[in-house]
Amino acid sequence: MSLARLNIVDRPLPKGKSEVSLSAFAFLFSELVQYCLANVKSTGELESRLESVGVGVGLRLLELLCQRERASKRDIRLLDALKFVSTTLWKYLFGHQARDLEHSTTAPDEYMINDYDLFVNKYISLPKDYASLNCAAFVAGIVRGALDGAGFPSRVTAHFVPVQGQAKPKTVILVKFDASVMKREERLPS
Amino acid sequence: METMNAEIFTLTYGSMVRQLLVDTEDVEEVNKQLDKMGYNIGVRLIDEFLAKSKINKCVDFRDSAEKLAKVGFKMFLNTTASVTSWNAEGTECSLILEDNPMTDFVELPEGCSRKLRYCNLLCGVIRGALRMVNLNVSCNFVQDVLWDDPVSELRLKLISTGAENYPFKDDD
Repeated sequence: MSLARLNIVDRPLPKGKSEVSLSAFAFLFSELVQYCLANVKSTGELESRLESVGVGVGLRLLELLCQRERASKRDIRLLDALKFVSTTLWKYLFGHQARDLEHSTTAPDEYMINDYDLFVNKYISLPKDYASLNCAAFVAGIVRGALDGAGFPSRVTAHFVPVQGQAKPKTVILVKFDASVMKREERLPS
Repeated sequence: METMNAEIFTLTYGSMVRQLLVDTEDVEEVNKQLDKMGYNIGVRLIDEFLAKSKINKCVDFRDSAEKLAKVGFKMFLNTTASVTSWNAEGTECSLILEDNPMTDFVELPEGCSRKLRYCNLLCGVIRGALRMVNLNVSCNFVQDVLWDDPVSELRLKLISTGAENYPFKDDD
């Protein structure tokens, strides 16, 4: 029986070493943004459409990476899940770990992943009327998908934050966990 | 050229197609939209191709198709296609994709086989890119591994070549 006839889950998992040119992705991503831009009224709406495309990617990446790199193990504690996102997933996506992972001092259910120069923003220049748009909303979607799939429903948003002494703003991925997650986390032994 | 992990590209494309299916609820409409997006990409992609590929001028359509399959696919998707089944006039050929990174992890939803041309974006890219070098072509999927065919086959047909008379009209 040829490989094509086999059900997709019966085929061996690809090694994942193959590469495509970054331009190919940039072209595709720009068309995706163009498509999402049609029929939206606000920047927020555009970001949420980009995010929903990202969620599909995140869900699948979680499964893929857990199978391939973690010997089918998946983290069940909040901090471990976040660390998985900011190290394993980040390395896979961007080739390096996230710059840092921060816990909000004001809200206990908010965490921030900070980083510079995400490749999705590489060839994007924002027009004036979209100055607040951050196309890393797509990455926020990936993060939300991965956390959702692991059983940590959350609201994830991407923001540009200017840094003193730096020409480029940093990108902050803000993760706000669902109340149910926080409650469950409290019940678990620390 | 700078490269990136192919799987992120694959998954992003897949997620986009899924979004299109959800938004339009019509497979034919999705095919059209993918082709349109591809065309937009092709129109811009040809610039980068000509600037970075260091190829010589193509002498005829045969030559163009060969370079498209061997250089173009290699450059952007890191795979190659083989050009076969030429017709007698040399205006029609088939591109056989041996290994297409876009179809990894993909399983078409039920009822979409033979209807959804999942990689239709590629057809648009080829059409758009060749349009910019004065070749009017049509490009269609005739076989697809996702339809349980043994290979993916794109049929490329030359419709007309634009005139290359000087002076060029800018508003063409």
